[in-house]
Amino acid sequence: MSINDNKIEDKIKLKVYRENRRENSKSHYDSFEVPYKRWTTVLDALLHVKNYVDPSIAIRYSCRMASCGSCGMKINGFPRLACYTKISELETSTIECEPLGNFPVIRDLVTDFSLFYKHHKSIQPYIQNTENVETAVEEKTYSYYQTPQEVDKYLQFSYCIKCGLCYSACPTVGTDLRFPGPQALAQLYRYYADTRDESKKRLNIVDDRHGIWRCHFAGSCSKVCPKGVDPALGIQLLRSYMLGVSKNNKKQAEKIEVNLD
Amino acid sequence: METQRLLKESQIMKIHYITGIAAIFVVAVHILMRLVVPFESSLNYDYIIANYKNIFYVLILESILVLISIHGFNGMRVILLELRQNTAWEKVITVITISSMIALIAYGTRTIILANGM
Repeated sequence: MSINDNKIEDKIKLKVYRENRRENSKSHYDSFEVPYKRWTTVLDALLHVKNYVDPSIAIRYSCRMASCGSCGMKINGFPRLACYTKISELETSTIECEPLGNFPVIRDLVTDFSLFYKHHKSIQPYIQNTENVETAVEEKTYSYYQTPQEVDKYLQFSYCIKCGLCYSACPTVGTDLRFPGPQALAQLYRYYADTRDESKKRLNIVDDRHGIWRCHFAGSCSKVCPKGVDPALGIQLLRSYMLGVSKNNKKQAEKIEVNLD
Repeated sequence: METQRLLKESQIMKIHYITGIAAIFVVAVHILMRLVVPFESSLNYDYIIANYKNIFYVLILESILVLISIHGFNGMRVILLELRQNTAWEKVITVITISSMIALIAYGTRTIILANGM
């Protein structure tokens, strides 16, 4: 980084979508001039506006490092994390910030994730094992051994931060709200491929008229994921299991007794 | 409450994919059989009636009819299901597509049988 980088301060026009569902206000865009540097993110710019120009702008954010998935929004029409998008990378003189598509708007850039989480919850996103490891033995506990190859089968899907970008980009969700969406389906695959999981009923949850078969394989979910997860791949792998093309020949994870003493 | 269904969606889609792939083969054979004679001659009335008398050709035509009807009407059902999300709509769409499929197969089969002179 050169010294000049600190001195040069360009300005960018930030167009922010404004709407308040509670007040039934008409949606419109407000424009702001924001100074930025090479490393300024869209979230930084929005917070600058909120702190120094218009404190009424509603934004949801937390970690500022693409870990919490709170600041998802459409930036120049593309679903992105505001904290993970640098203004200098966009290479436009105007940046348009809008709420995520396929989500009801609560206020400004804040959207309602209720249905998204409902779909996520519906696929039972936790390891199901008949053995209650914690209470089975008083003095011993069990550890489930997995080989690196077994972990690789689902590892990328476990990086999901539930930011909703894939759900926002999905054309099927846009027309069918009962479709679980790429996030939930990819998570279903994540648990289905896990050798510690015993559930055989989980696939039935999405084997429905509005389930996994309604995916058009547009692939936009994989394109927008900020964590490099490929939900479209997970959906296709699940489909191949359901059609019987692939066999889920996962060997149950080896149970190892570990004596805590 | 979960509605009891005759077939799971995965089973329906398996039929959908199998009929789609099978239809490609029978339609290919159908087109290739047209190419063994000059194109104008293949549309000749007597040639077409003669084809209907050929049991091998009749079987291909019937296969095309059944496969395309199943694949096409299920495809239409899938598209229409996305338009609205309520059980009544789903039931209406399912009944309409299945009955239309049966009606088309029945009418097509009748035409084949009459032309064959069975």
